[in-house]
Amino acid sequence: MENSRRTFLKIAGISALGLSAKPVLDAFALDIDMLNKKINAAPKNGALTAKRWGMVIDTRKLETEEALKPMIEVCHKIHNVPVHENKRHEIKWIWEEGFKHAFPDLEHEYVNERVEHLPFLVLCNHCKDAPCVRACPTKATFKQADGIVAMDFHRCIGCRFCMAACPYGSRSFNFRDPRPFIAEINKKYPTRMRGVVEKCNFCSERLDEGLQPACVEASNGALVFGDLENPESEVRQLLKTNYTIRRKVALGTGPSVYYIV
Amino acid sequence: MLELALKGSKRYYGWIAGLLAVIGVGFGCYLWQLSFGLGITGMSRDVSWGFYIAQFTFLVGVAASAVMLVLPYYLHHYKAFGRITILGEFLAVSSVTMCVLFIVVDLGQPMRLLNVMLYPTPNSVLFWDMIVLNGYLFLNIIIGWQVLQGERNGVAPPKWVKTLIYISIPWAVSIHTVTAFLYCGLPGRGFWLTAILAPRFLASAFAAGPAFLILLCLLVRKLTKFDPGKEQIQTLAKIVTYGIILNVFFFLCEVFVVFYSKIPEHMDHMIYLFKGLHGHGVLVPWMWTSIALMVFSIILLVNPFTRQKEGILLVACLCVFFGTWIDKGLGMISGGFVPSPLHYVNEYVPTAPEIAITIGVYATGFLVLTLLFKIATSVKEELEGV
Ligand code: SF4
Ligand code: SF4
Repeated sequence: MENSRRTFLKIAGISALGLSAKPVLDAFALDIDMLNKKINAAPKNGALTAKRWGMVIDTRKLETEEALKPMIEVCHKIHNVPVHENKRHEIKWIWEEGFKHAFPDLEHEYVNERVEHLPFLVLCNHCKDAPCVRACPTKATFKQADGIVAMDFHRCIGCRFCMAACPYGSRSFNFRDPRPFIAEINKKYPTRMRGVVEKCNFCSERLDEGLQPACVEASNGALVFGDLENPESEVRQLLKTNYTIRRKVALGTGPSVYYIV
Repeated sequence: MLELALKGSKRYYGWIAGLLAVIGVGFGCYLWQLSFGLGITGMSRDVSWGFYIAQFTFLVGVAASAVMLVLPYYLHHYKAFGRITILGEFLAVSSVTMCVLFIVVDLGQPMRLLNVMLYPTPNSVLFWDMIVLNGYLFLNIIIGWQVLQGERNGVAPPKWVKTLIYISIPWAVSIHTVTAFLYCGLPGRGFWLTAILAPRFLASAFAAGPAFLILLCLLVRKLTKFDPGKEQIQTLAKIVTYGIILNVFFFLCEVFVVFYSKIPEHMDHMIYLFKGLHGHGVLVPWMWTSIALMVFSIILLVNPFTRQKEGILLVACLCVFFGTWIDKGLGMISGGFVPSPLHYVNEYVPTAPEIAITIGVYATGFLVLTLLFKIATSVKEELEGV
C-alpha cells in the first residue's frame, strides 16, 4: 500500500514535470530506457533473480585465515583482479580484516577473545542506500533492480568520488594497467584498463547463468546468499534464528551483508 | 584588446618564456601520467584524492573571492573598487582555469570527461560542481571583457552585463559552497562531515583571495604605470582581516565540537593532523606552521598601525596566503582520508612528477593571469595617459 502510493506520487510528479519540461525529459528518456533495459531485461532462462540480494556470513564456520583463502582466491581469479607489488596500487574485491578494522565502531578493550582474533571476510556491502551510487557523476556506478550495486567500467571517468563516498573501503582504483599483473586471464570476464574503479559485483555474471556467487560456492556453507525481501529465503531464515551484525549501521547505508558472530 | 598582451618589455617576454618552460615540464610529466596511469602519484587505495584535488579546493576559494570586489562596488556603490574590480575578475578567470585543469589531471580517464554531460546525474555533487565552475568561468570572462572594453572606449558596458554581474555575486558563493558539499556530504568521512565546512571554506577564501590580490596590486604598481590605489589596498586589507579572523574562529568552533564531543570518527583526523596518529604525522609541522602564520597575520592585520604600513601588510598577506594554503592545499584533503574508514593510518606524500604536474598547472594559471593583467593594466595606462 505504502509502496504503491509512493509510486503513484512519483509518477504523478514526473508527469506534472513532463508537461513543463517534456523536451528535457525526452532527452533523458533515451538514457533511462537504456539503463532500465539493462537492469530489468527479462531474466535469462535459469538465471537467479531476487528483489534484493543479500549475504549472511557465518563466522562460526570461518575461524581461521586459512578458511577464508579459497573464497578470496576464487573471486580474484575469476574476476581478473591483478596482484600488484606496490601496496598503494592494491586492488581487492574481497579480503580479510580483523574485528577492529571491520567493525571499528564496535571495538572495545574487553572484546571477547574469540572475536578479537577472528578473521572477518569483508567485501562491498551492496548498500540499500549506497553513498557511492549517489556520488558517481556518470552513473558508472548504479543500483540494479535486484539490489546489486554494479559498475560500468567503460563509462567510469576515474574521478574516484565513489571511493571517497564509500565508508567501507570497498573500492579499488586501477592506478596502472592491471593486465600484466593478472596471472591467468579469465576470458569470460572483462579485464579493466587503467584509470577506472572496480569492486565486488556479487557475481552478477554468474547469477545470470543460474550460479551462486563464487565465494559462496567455495565456502562450504559458511556464506549464504539469497533474497532479503523474500521471507522464505535461506538468508531470511538465518537472520530470523541468529543474531547478526552489519558494518557501520549508524551511517544509514543499509549494508546487505550480515555477520553471525 | 588582445593585441595589448603582445606588446611588452623584455622582462615581460622573459617571464612568459619562463612560464612556458615550466608548463612544458609539467606537460611532459602529464603525458607520462597519461600513459602509465595515476600510479605515478603518491595516491593510494586509502588516500584516493591528493595534491591535485587539494589545489583545486584552494583555488576555488581564490576564484570566489572576486566577489569581494564586485559586491562592494556594484551593490554598495563603493566607487573606489571600480578601479580594480577587473583585476579581481581576471584573477577569478585564471583561478577557475587552474581548477578545471586540476580536475582534469586528476581523472583516471580524462578522455571520458564528457560522460559527465552525456549522462547528467543530478544526485552527484560533482555534476553540480562542474556546472557552477564552468558557469563562473564564463561569467567572469564575459563580464571582465565587456567592462574593460567599455572603459577603453569610454562608453558604459551594455545593460545585460549588469544583469550578469548581479548573477555573478551569488554564483561566486555557490562555487565554494558546492565544492565544500563534495566533501561534507559523505557519510563515512568524519573530518569533513560538518556543516561548518562550506562557511569555513568561504571564510578562508575571502582571506586568501583578497590577500593574493593585494600582493598582485603591489606588484602591478611596481611593474606598470597603473596604480591600483592606496585606499583600494587598505579596504582589501580590512576584508582580509575579517576573512582570516572568521576562518580561525570557524576552525576553533570545529576544534571545540570535535574535542568536547570526543567522537573518535571526528577526532582521529584532527589528532592525525596536529599530533600524529600511531607514530605517523608528516603533516604535523605543516599544520602548526599554518596556525602560526594565521595567528601572526591576525596580529599584524588587526592593529591599524601595522596594517596601514604597506611593507608590513605585504608580510601579513603572505602569511595569510601560505597559512590558508597549507590548511586547504595540504591538510584538508589528505587529512580527511587518514585514518582510513577501516582505521588504518596510510599516509600520503605527493611524488616528484605529481608536484611537477601541479606546478605546471599553476604556471598555466599564472600565464593566463599575466596575459589578462597585462591587457587590463595596459588599458588603464592608456586611459590615464601615462
Ligand atoms: S559498500 Fe561501499 S561500494 Fe559497496 S555499495 Fe556500499 S558504499 Fe558502495
Ligand atoms: S570513479 Fe567512476 S564509478 Fe567512481 S564516481 Fe567516478 S565515474 Fe563513478
